[in-house]
Amino acid sequence: MTNPAKTPKKASRVTREAGKHHKPDFDPKSAAAIAEGSRKEGEALKPITVTPGMSSFREMVYFAFRNRKLVIGLSIVLFFLLLAIVGPYIAQHTPAEFSGPKNIAPTLKDGFYLGTTSNGQDIFAQFISGLRNAFEIGLLAGAIASGVAMLVGFVAGYRAGIVDEVLSMITNIVLCIPVFALLLVVAAFWQMKSILPEGFLVGIISWPWAARALRAQTFSLTAREFVSLARLSGERTFKIIFKEIAPNMSSYLFMMFILLFGGAILIAATLDFLGLGPGGTVTLGRMMNVAAIQNSAIYYGYWWWFVPPGLAIALIVGGAYFMNVGLDEVFNPRLREM
Amino acid sequence: MRLYLVRKLITYSLTAIAAVTVDWIIPHAMPGDPIKTLLARFAIRSEGTYQSLYHTFARSFRTDLPLWKQYYYFWVSLFHGDLGLSIDQFPTTVTTIIGRAAPYTLGLLVPAIVLSFYVGNKLGAFAARRKTLDNTVLPISYLITATPYMWAAMLIAWLLAYKWSLFPGLYGYDVTLKQSWSWRFIISLLDHWFLPFFTLFLIGLGGWAIGMRNMIIFELESDYSHYLEALGAPQRLIRKYAFRNALLPQITGLALALGAVIGGALVTEIVFNYPGLGSVIFRAIQNKDYFLIQGVFLFIILGILVANFCVDIVYMIIDPRTRIGMQGGQA
Repeated sequence: MTNPAKTPKKASRVTREAGKHHKPDFDPKSAAAIAEGSRKEGEALKPITVTPGMSSFREMVYFAFRNRKLVIGLSIVLFFLLLAIVGPYIAQHTPAEFSGPKNIAPTLKDGFYLGTTSNGQDIFAQFISGLRNAFEIGLLAGAIASGVAMLVGFVAGYRAGIVDEVLSMITNIVLCIPVFALLLVVAAFWQMKSILPEGFLVGIISWPWAARALRAQTFSLTAREFVSLARLSGERTFKIIFKEIAPNMSSYLFMMFILLFGGAILIAATLDFLGLGPGGTVTLGRMMNVAAIQNSAIYYGYWWWFVPPGLAIALIVGGAYFMNVGLDEVFNPRLREM
Repeated sequence: MRLYLVRKLITYSLTAIAAVTVDWIIPHAMPGDPIKTLLARFAIRSEGTYQSLYHTFARSFRTDLPLWKQYYYFWVSLFHGDLGLSIDQFPTTVTTIIGRAAPYTLGLLVPAIVLSFYVGNKLGAFAARRKTLDNTVLPISYLITATPYMWAAMLIAWLLAYKWSLFPGLYGYDVTLKQSWSWRFIISLLDHWFLPFFTLFLIGLGGWAIGMRNMIIFELESDYSHYLEALGAPQRLIRKYAFRNALLPQITGLALALGAVIGGALVTEIVFNYPGLGSVIFRAIQNKDYFLIQGVFLFIILGILVANFCVDIVYMIIDPRTRIGMQGGQA
């Protein structure tokens, strides 16, 4: 059943994972877990027990749907994503339009599902607009930050020595400067026109911790045989990094992206709350600013105005974090214990 | 040990230099004449005021000098503790405003950080490996860390200050009282201090609980824990050892978390209209008081660097490996 051409590669992967999983906690009923168990017995070098059909991908999907944390976190995030997508078709007014009576509590009448502001604007429409902006900023800033973190982390971890020293020093410096304070001073001088520059700005500053974590991972992977082999066979550095090292960390990279996504939403909300966000569009942070500071909604108890935006942020970001824990357990069987 | 400290000091000095440079570059990198851009926002009608304001700005920015000299003078005035004048509260210096507001911010931050660190770690350690507790503490902790500070502050202000009227929801003290060290004034200070403090404490808690919970599970899996278990040591003793070891990375995390907590403190102050740096910076943003923004930025960064350095020293005291390993050069 073993394809001779494929055997060495598979064997090396299995050994590697066997070293990682000290104590796999497995469900004896599942085929995946049996494969898992065999690795534990130290039969790793004989890939016979690993049936080709039970690929690691399918194994992961299996565990992914069994993982409560992942399912709950993902459902919350997807719910808000869906709401952001279909929201404009449900909303009966536009965010800016003065469409109704002032300060009414949530009602089904006239489509003011979340009530109105002190100017008679539809809070539901504003909320949807804010949700869309939050997702856009999270994705954009998360992608940019992941890109920079990968570049810095991979290169620093792979090319030890002076390159590493310099890159680590830069990382540590940017890490010391609080993202928030730096953004504050940049945004104060630079009036942003749309959420694109805001996402870019948040992304370009929030990468250091991720770069540091990636560097450590790359460092340990670089010492492995298959990387040495690639190096000996004369592969070019960038090819080794992206063909040999990066694919082995894909799960890790994905989790890093989720954390950066959540962090970016929080940072952007803070900026918007301070009035440093883009002017022309409604964001969740800006909604809280307008409600709490400009119109004393807290004092008058207009909870429908300031509760939904913050709650949505907390649930989306919390859901993303929770998803991350679940994914960690799916990717790393050592943690599958609860 | 010395190598460790020197390395840290170099990083912090470079960070300080980078921060000051960024603080200087940003107004200069703005397109067009920065002073005209600034003045355009004031909507000044009279030509005379415009001219005199323009000259004030030109002198402060020293735009008449070559760039390297401007940069040099920026440093010189920094070392004299001169961060310029506030535009909004005109003759007052930026240093005075910061000096007035900083005690309020520190008074919120220090107790909140210390207490949430202590309680969060204890909570996380207690919850780890205890099924029902873990299943409740963990999700709640994640939700808490994901909560934006200003929103938590709004909820707390709405419920505790307005709905149930337990605490005052605005300002740092009762404004009808004379500022003095009388008991009435101190009690009013504490009364107003509690809600913003509580917000910071609460939101900080989640992160520490999660971190400690994960670290302690990792430690309980390690060889020394298994060995202790094999020797028949009581669970409490094993957990005690695990807690001490798990605390080390948490202390490193403390330095990293400072930035986020300070950001949180600023927005929390804004919600409660607490007279600290947050309210200062908020007013500065609204009034385009750029010198004040620059000054607060520098103050925050230097504060963080000093705090980081303190954390490093604490770390060195409690972890002998940093001392011995760095001294002999062998791990």
